[in-house]
Amino acid sequence: MKKATPINKDIPEQAYDRIYKQAMQRQEAFLSVPGPRIHIGTATCGIAAGALETRSAFEEALAQRNIDAQIHTVGCFGHCYAEPVVIIDHPDSGFPPIFYPEVTSAKAKMLTTLFLQEGDPRFEHILGATVANEMIPSIMDFARFNQEKRVVMEKCGQIDPENIDEYIASDGYSALAKSLQRDSVEIIDLVKKSGLRGRGGAGFPTGLKWEFTQNEQDNETIVVCNADEGDPGAYMDRTILESNPHQILEGMVICGYATGARRGIIYVRAEYPLAVKLVTHAVEQARAYSILGQSVLNTDFAFDIEIFQGSGAFVCGEETALIRSMEGHRGAPRYRPPYPAQKGLHNLPTVINNVKTFACIAPIVNKGAQWFRTIGTKQSPGTAIFSVVGSVVHAGLVEIPMGVTLRTLIFDICGGIPDNKQFKAVQIGGPSGGCLPAEFLDTPIDFDSLTEAGAMMGSGGMVVMDEDSCMVDVARFFLDFTQKESCGKCTFCRIGTHQLLNILARLTRGEGREGDIDLLDDFSVDIKNGSLCGLGKTAPNPVLTSLRYFKDEYIAHINEKCCPGMACRTLTAFYIELDQCARGCDLCEACCPVEAVFTTSNRKKGIDQALCVKCGECQVACPPDYDAVRKVSPAALVPVIEHTG
Amino acid sequence: MKETTDANEAALLQDARKRLETFAKERGNLIPILQMVQEKLAYLPSPALAMVAEYLGMTASDVYGVATFYNQFRFQPPGRNPIKVCLGTACYVKGGDIILENFERKLKIREGDTTPDREFSVERVACVGCCALAPVAVAGETLHGHMQPSKVEGLVLRIRMETQKKEKEADEKSNSD
Ligand SMILES: Cc1cc2nc3c(=O)[nH]c(=O)nc-3n(C[C@H](O)[C@H](O)[C@H](O)COP(=O)(O)O)c2cc1C
Ligand code: FES
Repeated sequence: MKKATPINKDIPEQAYDRIYKQAMQRQEAFLSVPGPRIHIGTATCGIAAGALETRSAFEEALAQRNIDAQIHTVGCFGHCYAEPVVIIDHPDSGFPPIFYPEVTSAKAKMLTTLFLQEGDPRFEHILGATVANEMIPSIMDFARFNQEKRVVMEKCGQIDPENIDEYIASDGYSALAKSLQRDSVEIIDLVKKSGLRGRGGAGFPTGLKWEFTQNEQDNETIVVCNADEGDPGAYMDRTILESNPHQILEGMVICGYATGARRGIIYVRAEYPLAVKLVTHAVEQARAYSILGQSVLNTDFAFDIEIFQGSGAFVCGEETALIRSMEGHRGAPRYRPPYPAQKGLHNLPTVINNVKTFACIAPIVNKGAQWFRTIGTKQSPGTAIFSVVGSVVHAGLVEIPMGVTLRTLIFDICGGIPDNKQFKAVQIGGPSGGCLPAEFLDTPIDFDSLTEAGAMMGSGGMVVMDEDSCMVDVARFFLDFTQKESCGKCTFCRIGTHQLLNILARLTRGEGREGDIDLLDDFSVDIKNGSLCGLGKTAPNPVLTSLRYFKDEYIAHINEKCCPGMACRTLTAFYIELDQCARGCDLCEACCPVEAVFTTSNRKKGIDQALCVKCGECQVACPPDYDAVRKVSPAALVPVIEHTG
Repeated sequence: MKETTDANEAALLQDARKRLETFAKERGNLIPILQMVQEKLAYLPSPALAMVAEYLGMTASDVYGVATFYNQFRFQPPGRNPIKVCLGTACYVKGGDIILENFERKLKIREGDTTPDREFSVERVACVGCCALAPVAVAGETLHGHMQPSKVEGLVLRIRMETQKKEKEADEKSNSD
């Protein structure tokens, strides 16, 4: 079965109607229970910030005070800076549903008493109301909310990821029912018309990829969802899987129908235990609802999904390496063509798409290709999702229309740089991407503009850096990563990244030599040319972009042994400014993990440079009133203080 | 002590052997099988690798070659309190490496190693998915955000005390039984 013919329309429609009605009934039953509802975000980021303790605190306090309220666990809202996030809907109080940030256990107990019992919402703790109203400013008044455009993450943080009914009640799986009434070619056409490009980094047109499998008529296709997410600083795929797994399953089933597949596989990192658990659960539920299995929505289309846990190798995100690892081998990429869509897993045509790509499918089927094209830019329609982290006020996941500028994203939506510091650079695209300086803040975010600037969309990791970061060290960090993760197949990648790393490590230790910059440049170009897969081809990007935009920092490291960002530890030193030191407070001495701070016979404070590990703890510990700890680079600038005297 | 660990390990290996039968003898199952074995034993000792090789009809070196390729697999037993320090991008730029160093210094082991008493092990991981809390360390199942070098000592101490307390309780329980 390759070219599926439309099935008798009534069958999937009736089957869908049945599960939809059932889901609505359950939803209404939930909503008709009187009393307050407490929504708590319990994806990994929420749990990390203590959401489970918050939940227990609510449960305990509710029981103690005999309040009937329903606790509803949801996924991640994307506002990781505000975790644990709680939304309290307390209709009897007369207030609209309210968004509370950073709800610790203590706050949970306080809100139970004061808001749920006594009706006072405690304005000082409110971020905003979730709907427009006359009493409380709405969260939609904030740029962090109103400038986002949610397509993929629309339901994230709204529904319980463990409850398929909630997904169905918000129109989930209706796109599947519609798709099954159409010709498979029609669906591929729709995806092509939407202009959807793969969200895994390279931006390959998704419809075209699906169409390739149509040429492989003899063999059954396999659908693979790439949830390997190897970028060491990105976590949106995981969050989406944890917050709304069904939207991804739905995209995969539609893809399976369109490309003539019976088998789908989600390749998800084993290091993401919660995502694995929730997706496995979602698959079981979908089977129970006949959304997966021998007859999808009662039709004669059969499709099932299995989970394969990736074992943590960055290169396995590359599609051919991913396939190798599923076949039980070391994950080394191979030459393409043949592309996986022609010859993939066990030589069968294999469609591999990213989590977000699949998550775009249902909205496209429901709202149409034209609608999708109204979002984003002509060449890159739709939205982009970034995990914006680092030196930024409102860190977290942000979904924006393609084409928004970096400035809008970093300064308007994410609140800019904290602590009155200066913006220095933004690293986009993880180990394959690059660092862009302030001049590029007006670059629109889309596949092509970013590549042109030397960075790339890549995985969607975005790290904002302030004046305190060292571009040479950041390049070293990424090379350290790619060097370790290189599969070793291509000599240029295996040895080249090692040499690049050696040079960068020397620079950060103040052992740079004349000619190093040219050497870095040469090696980078050679590695790009001499590597087979995207890992080697892009590994030098962090070096090349930082060389292009921050050359003066490289020169300072080599010529002056100075780290302008004061981040390279060998090139910096701490000392205590005696004019400002209270001398008797001893906080610096107490906090030093290596006992490098000493008091002289004259009650002065000094730092033993031979012992100091430059952790900066004393600088944090020194009371702001004294502010006596100084950091300098080059290290030679530090004044000498003898133990005696 | 050593004997009981060994006996324990042999029993777990037997368990894993039984579970093997639920997997089809296909090379494609190699990684899921290794994951299952590691879940049972917490690491992959060489007898386990040999067992998997025999089951799948592969050479032991082939199995070892695949297993060592992936970061997930470990060949040394982890500590009872494994500590993972995040060195993902966000944590690194906020000083995650200093946190790691502090653990290494405090526990007198290098990253990737286990203390001789098998109480602690330290390893680096890449992004645990809560960059907004950077720098982050994970002790056992508990995540600690906004780590500081000075918090390391307290954390290690607390874990030691909790383990001691648990042991004492277990002792008392077995004595009263
Ligand atoms: C080194 C390397 C790592 C990659 N990692 C990922 C990843 O983690 N997730 C992903 O979806 N794609 C990753 N890719 C891209 C995949 O090879 C492939 O292009 C993608 O999964 C296709 O899906 P898309 O068309 O939906 O983007 C990686 C590529 C390379 C070269
Ligand atoms: S980089 Fe450490 S949690 Fe993401």
